[in-house]
Parts: sequence; structure tokens; C-alpha cells
Amino acid sequence: MIDILNLSKTFHPGTINEVNALCDITFRVEEGSFVVLVGTNGSGKSSLLNAIAGNFIADHGKIILDGIDITRMAEHKRAKYIGRVFQNPFSGTAPDMSIAENIALAARRGQPGNLRWALPETLLRGFRERVKPLGMELEDRLDSPIGKLSGGQRQALTLLMASWIKPKLLLLDEHTAALDPKTAGKVIQLTEEVVRKNQMTTLMVTHSMPQAVKMGDRILMLHKGKIVNDMNGQEKQRLKIGDLMTLFDEIRKKDQIDQTVADMIDQMYV
Amino acid sequence: MSLIIGAITIGLILALLSLGVFISFRIFNFADLTAEGSVTLGASIAASMIVAGYPPLLATLIALAGGFMAGSLTGIIHTKFKINGLLSGILVMTALYSVNLHVMGKSNIPFMSETTLFTYFENLATVFSGTSESVGLFGSTIPLKDIFVLACTLIIVTILGGLLYLFLKSNFGTAMRATGNNQQMVRAQGVNTNTMMIVGLGLSNALIALSGALLAQYQGFADVQMGIGMLVLGLASVIIGEVLIGEKTLGYLITGAILGSVIFRLLVAVALRLGMPPNDLKLITALFVFIALILPRLLKKKRGAEKP
Repeated sequence: MIDILNLSKTFHPGTINEVNALCDITFRVEEGSFVVLVGTNGSGKSSLLNAIAGNFIADHGKIILDGIDITRMAEHKRAKYIGRVFQNPFSGTAPDMSIAENIALAARRGQPGNLRWALPETLLRGFRERVKPLGMELEDRLDSPIGKLSGGQRQALTLLMASWIKPKLLLLDEHTAALDPKTAGKVIQLTEEVVRKNQMTTLMVTHSMPQAVKMGDRILMLHKGKIVNDMNGQEKQRLKIGDLMTLFDEIRKKDQIDQTVADMIDQMYV
Repeated sequence: MSLIIGAITIGLILALLSLGVFISFRIFNFADLTAEGSVTLGASIAASMIVAGYPPLLATLIALAGGFMAGSLTGIIHTKFKINGLLSGILVMTALYSVNLHVMGKSNIPFMSETTLFTYFENLATVFSGTSESVGLFGSTIPLKDIFVLACTLIIVTILGGLLYLFLKSNFGTAMRATGNNQQMVRAQGVNTNTMMIVGLGLSNALIALSGALLAQYQGFADVQMGIGMLVLGLASVIIGEVLIGEKTLGYLITGAILGSVIFRLLVAVALRLGMPPNDLKLITALFVFIALILPRLLKKKRGAEKP
């Protein structure tokens, strides 16, 4: 379904701030698969999602989505195939516009704009029907500005909007990180429902170990812009939080050894 | 009374300017200085074409198209070349000064005696009432043709305000409004935010140039300096409208921008009548906009301080 081939990106090349965000990453995600991306801060998880969504163009490599080469496609053009929910609840919605207007934009994702009235009554009826199951009583408030809603309500709506037209790929970038635990739980439950019901191919970045273990059918662990672990099937099902922590510790230890070795060489030769 | 009718008519003509400023300032959140160039561009195109013998309606439409091109150019400089919005506007405004001089061939064109759109409006008075006599209104006599000019201007502005409302509520317009609100979100919905900016600023300056074209025809002259201070004037009208109406929904904001412009003109007329030196007009307008911009923040601070 989606093929990432030798994808690389270096930010600020040639400066003191040079970061190798993605180093020669290659993997394939099958249709309908739900992949969880984990890794330490700066491991490249979010960069990978942003590269796929088109926030920046990769230096090397290819991104093939359902047979379409989107490597160099503009962000708004590939949005036709991709649904997104961001970490920041403010990123996914236009705050001063009404709930209905936000949904209307999502309901036409990837279609050219026209001069027809954006919110005919027939459309609004459909909006109410699909907003109601959220259980947030937003169906009667479609006219109120979306900025008046809580972060959790906005994330729930953004998720609904991202899946309004079934995307070929759903990208979730730590979409519950900014929410309180209770609201995060609700949004996670909604995520599972939406993904399962539509059998959506999904890439989800998370920092939460319980989420990583419980959700999805495959885990990719990233470190310093590389995939260091790829578990699926039985292996993923059996994975426990403890195992995942052990894996993280191992990576951390390896890093420390590298550092000590470097220090040793420093002392001996410099 | 005649003074008031004149002030309202100019207020309505400049309401098109405030609608244009409303698009750049309230939808895209930046002060687009192209406005100062495109008012004059509209006036110079209309004046020189009318003097050259073209029909006034054609001259006015070409002025409108010229404004659209000027605004789109600012949009292209801003989005494609990543130059700060304010600077993009300044660049186009500065360039337009020379363009306007070229269009007119000199620094001003008086064309009081030419046939303009307003001549047609005045003639309507004779067509409808058979006379072009003055009528009594609130105890003073007013030439009937002035009332017809006012009525026609009101109809034009109302229609354009309505069309703008319908446009901004369409699928395209909704995406445009969202672009000023959250670009990341709009791109994620597959909308080209650059196109939205370019078309939006084009539309904004088309309205502003139309305002300039009508103003020149009403006054019977175009001057290369007439754009100076027009952006602040538009801002003042938009802000007065918002304060007066108080509602933040689109329909009210558009109505507010139109009313704000008329009220501002009336205030100016009264102030001038009461002996305010005309030279101080721009200083006072700028001060007014300054106060209106900081007032909400000051009030919020005060309210915050009052809370225990």
C-alpha cells in the first residue's frame, strides 16, 4: 500500500545545527495495516510522518502510495490521499470558523473549490448524523466556532474530519499527547473505532507505551532516523510494556557505550 | 443637508474600499498596503479612459480588473517568493505610483465636464420624475439628482456586499476564509493556500480599485496622490463597523464595514464643519485606528485585574 524507499532527510545541512532526521529508511505497509511508530525524542518519528504528508520534500528516496509516486508532490495535492491528525489540537481545525464549515472543508478534501453554497441543509443533516455518535452533543452546535471547543472535542472532530472521506492513508502524530488522560482515552477509543470500521491503513506516532502495546498490528521503533526494530503478527501481539521498556533501555545503553568509547579515545589520543 | 447627502455618497463609495480592506485585514490578517496604490490605479484608469472617450462603464470595469491584477501580484510576491506580506504590499504600492503616472500621463486629470457613471445616475432623476428640480427634505432643499446619485451608489454597494457575502460562504470562499485562519489545516484538506491568497488579495484590490474609479468619477478628477492614507481609512471603517455591530459573523461584518465607512465620512464632515483643520484629518484617523486597535487589549487587562 505504501512503500518508503531509502528515504533520507538532513535539516540545516552544513551548519552547526545539522540533524540527520531520516537516514535511509525503507519499509512497506500493507493495506489495512495499523502501524505504531515509537522512539525517543528526535528519533525521526514525526519527521517521517511529515515527510509522507509533504511538510517538506525528502533529500533522497521515494514515497509510493498505492502505486502513486508522491515523493515530490505538493502537500495540498497529496492531501487528497492522506488524512491527518496533529499533536496540537489547534493545528487540525480553523478556530474562528464554525464546526459545520470545518467539516465542509474536510468533506471536500482534494476536490476543486466551486462557487456553490458551502452549507446546504442536506449536507448539514449528514453532518449531524455523523457527529452525533461522538457523544459530545456537538450535533446541535454546528454553528458555533470550533475554537470554543475543548482540546479533546477538537481532536475528536479532527479525527472524524480526517476520515470523513476514507483516505488511502491516515497519519496520527501523537494526537493524544496534548490531552488529559481521560480525554486521551476517549480519543484513543474513537481512533480504534474509526480505523477498524473503515479498515484504514494507519501510521500512528505515540509516546505512550500502553497505547503502543495495545494498539495496531505492527510496531516500528525508530532511533536516530533509522528503524531499529520492526515487530508484527504474533510478536507484536505478545509484546508487553516491560518488553518495550527493555528495548528502549538497550538502545539507551548502546548510546552511552558509544559516548564512553568516544571519551576514552579522546583521553588516550588527544 | 446637501453636505450630509454628499458625505453619505462618498462614504458608500469608500465602503467598497473598506470591503477590500476587510478581506486583507480580517480574512488574511495582514495590512495590505497595495490598497494605497490600487485606489489610485482605479481612479487613473477610469479617468484616462473616460477622457479618451471610452464608455464610463467599460472604464470602470477595466479599473476593477487592474486592481485585481495589482492585488494578485502582491499575492504572488508574498506566496511564491516568500516575501513578508507588508513588504510585498509596499513593493507593489511603490511600483504602482509610477504605473499610475504612466496611465494618466501627468500627475492629475480633471474631467468634471465628461460623462461618467454618475452622469447616468443624475439623468435617471429626469427620467423618473420628469424634472431635475430640487425637493424639500427635512426643511432644506436638495437637488433631486443628488438623491438619485446616492440611491444608485447604495444599490451598487448593496449588490456588491451581497455578492461578496455569497462568495465567502461558497465552498471556494470557505476555504479562503480558513486560509487566513489556519494554513496548515487548509493544506491538509487539499487546498492550495497560495492560490487562495493570490485570488483573495486580487479580489480585495479589485474592490479597492473600483472604489477609486467611482470616487474619481464622483469628484470629477483623479490625482496620483489620492491613495495616501487610504489603507488606514479603510481600517478605521472596518473597525467602526465591528464596534457598532458587535457580532462577529460574516454577514454582520460585511454590513459593518459598509456602515462603518458611511459613519466615518459623516463624522469627518461634521468635524470639518465644526472647524477641524483639514490638514489634521489623517493624523486624527491614524490616532483613531491606533486607539481602536489597543482598546480591546486594554479592556481585557482591566477586566483581568478586576477579577480577584
